[in-house]
Amino acid sequence: MSTETAKPVFKNGIARWIDDRLPLLSWAQAEFVDYPAPKNLNYWWNFGSLAGIVLVLQILTGLFLTMHYTPHTAMAFDSVEHIMRDVNYGWLLRYAHANGASMFFIVVYIHMFRGLYYGSYKAPRELLWMLGVVILLLMMATAFMGYVLPWGQMSFWGAKVITNLFSAVPIFGETIVTWLWGGFTVDNPTLNRFFALHYLLPFAIFAVVFLHILALHQFGSNNPVGIDITKKDKIPFHPYYTIKDAFGLCVFFLVYAAFVFFAPNVLGHADNYIPANPLVTPPHIVPEWYFLPFYAILRAITFDIFWIIPAKLGGVIAMFGSIAVLFFLPWLDTSRVRSARFRPIYKWLFWVFLLDCVILGYVGASPPEGWLPTIGLLATIYYFAHFLIILPLLGKLERPLPLPDSINKPVLPSSGAASAQPAE
Amino acid sequence: MRRMLEKSLGGLAVALAIVTGASAAEAPEPLSRDWPQQGVFGTFDRHAVQRGFQVFSEVCAGCHGVKYLAFRNLEALGYDEAEIAAIAAQYTVMDGPDEYGDMFERPAVASDRKPVPFANERQARAANGGALPPDLSLITKARAGGEDYLYSLLVGYEEPPAGVEVPPGMNYNAYFPGHQIAMAQPLYEDMVEYQDGTVPTVSQMAADVTQFLAWVAEPKMEERKQMGIKVMLFLLILAIIFYAYKRRIWADVH
Repeated sequence: MSTETAKPVFKNGIARWIDDRLPLLSWAQAEFVDYPAPKNLNYWWNFGSLAGIVLVLQILTGLFLTMHYTPHTAMAFDSVEHIMRDVNYGWLLRYAHANGASMFFIVVYIHMFRGLYYGSYKAPRELLWMLGVVILLLMMATAFMGYVLPWGQMSFWGAKVITNLFSAVPIFGETIVTWLWGGFTVDNPTLNRFFALHYLLPFAIFAVVFLHILALHQFGSNNPVGIDITKKDKIPFHPYYTIKDAFGLCVFFLVYAAFVFFAPNVLGHADNYIPANPLVTPPHIVPEWYFLPFYAILRAITFDIFWIIPAKLGGVIAMFGSIAVLFFLPWLDTSRVRSARFRPIYKWLFWVFLLDCVILGYVGASPPEGWLPTIGLLATIYYFAHFLIILPLLGKLERPLPLPDSINKPVLPSSGAASAQPAE
Repeated sequence: MRRMLEKSLGGLAVALAIVTGASAAEAPEPLSRDWPQQGVFGTFDRHAVQRGFQVFSEVCAGCHGVKYLAFRNLEALGYDEAEIAAIAAQYTVMDGPDEYGDMFERPAVASDRKPVPFANERQARAANGGALPPDLSLITKARAGGEDYLYSLLVGYEEPPAGVEVPPGMNYNAYFPGHQIAMAQPLYEDMVEYQDGTVPTVSQMAADVTQFLAWVAEPKMEERKQMGIKVMLFLLILAIIFYAYKRRIWADVH
């Protein structure tokens, strides 16, 4: 995969003996030490490796939580409080895991928006992007099921609302929902299977992450200028990016630790400290913050579409469609220029799209009153228009700025685009 | 430093509250108080929490349990072993089966959890006119507004405004969502006799019991914040070192 063809020779005799028979060390050396990376990557490129590290942390904290957690409707809530009160550093494990999920989504969302801004999804990196969307989907499933495990009010009712979405499927809807629940309501079989899947899926994510890295190293990282670059403009991953990632990791941990130690419940919902009660519905059922934009899209469709698709099914289609559309992004964006730096109109529309996602998030968090449903519908329409209308047309209409020949030669002397600009 | 941390964290919290919150929109805004346990360096006021424990035991515990509280946990409030044993001994718990297979009652010991007032939900409802007094172990975390809300609720009993009809068995509360609460006003002046001479006004008792319940809800808070400060300082120094090192390694690239 690496452009470095020379096989490393290990000084240590045992390492050499093993590597001759099982080339794991030389593979790791090629992929994570010698891997030639563009020398102009800015700090937005830190979030890929950051996401990998957060995944590992989630798996580790989750593993130790599992040792003290009981997946039974009668005991789950109590076992979580047992972790918080009686297990040594249990409070740390739980708060690190719960806030870690939020951090994982922040990091991955930034990673994705970086890809959107610099056109990292374009040829030849289409599969790399699509594998990333697969990871996002798996993350969403994992996070959703994880939120059910403490068996609080929001766990129960969130599970009920989301699984009930499948009842919108024509004809088989009710059967599918019963099958998902393992019964006729969200109950112990549901909790058990969610626990099993919540434990399984992170390993599936881990596997897809390796495919993601495999696809990445096929053509190497994109860069802020977005042009293909030559070998002489690349530097080995170690020590340049290992130290840069280490610094970024520290800054990230400062933010993460601030939540875990000083505001561990800010990102959660108070209702989830009330044990699940199937007889009492909370006044507002809201998902975790990272699902809010999608929740807004789900709720935006309040009318039957063409008299054929009922509103509920329409909402479900729109919600899943909002992620499905990402799979087609490499072909929907018809511009051949990758980086928004050289796309004067897209550069602005990127920020408009980001704002649209924030608005969707706000609408998703609020009760559907007043103007909010209308705003939610308009923001939903814009979300899809961005991918399905604006991007295909923009590639034809927009006149991109001239691209430099290499990342060393700026087109405009004053732009200074040659060197890495962390501030961008 | 402290200011900076609190400020930046506050900013983050506000930004996130805008995104996540809004669910408390229709609930009345609770009174805002400064709690000693708030903030990056906030700790529990041992005296207030002990007074709150007294209020809880003498007033609230008739209807409400704190089922996650074990007597041994009281050590964190400054009670010694003998005091905890004495407190525990005031309660009777069911144990067994003994060698003949029979259950028996015995005085509670430090390792026991504080007994709850009702055996089950039906018994609780039957004794409370159909209403269920919730367990209060997590109450400050389980309500939007936390300590402020709980305090406001306890001092928020008043005559209903003109035109508001309160059905029999219900009470008017300025801070309860919907204003109609089944719980009658629990606190009246001089209801308890504080040993440290604090004047037991309604507001004082409400503040004390709120701090007690905040401690029950989050008993590891002080340990958490102390570790957090060390972790933040460590990370800050490490980040500075890594940044300097990064500049040096990258010097030949720039």
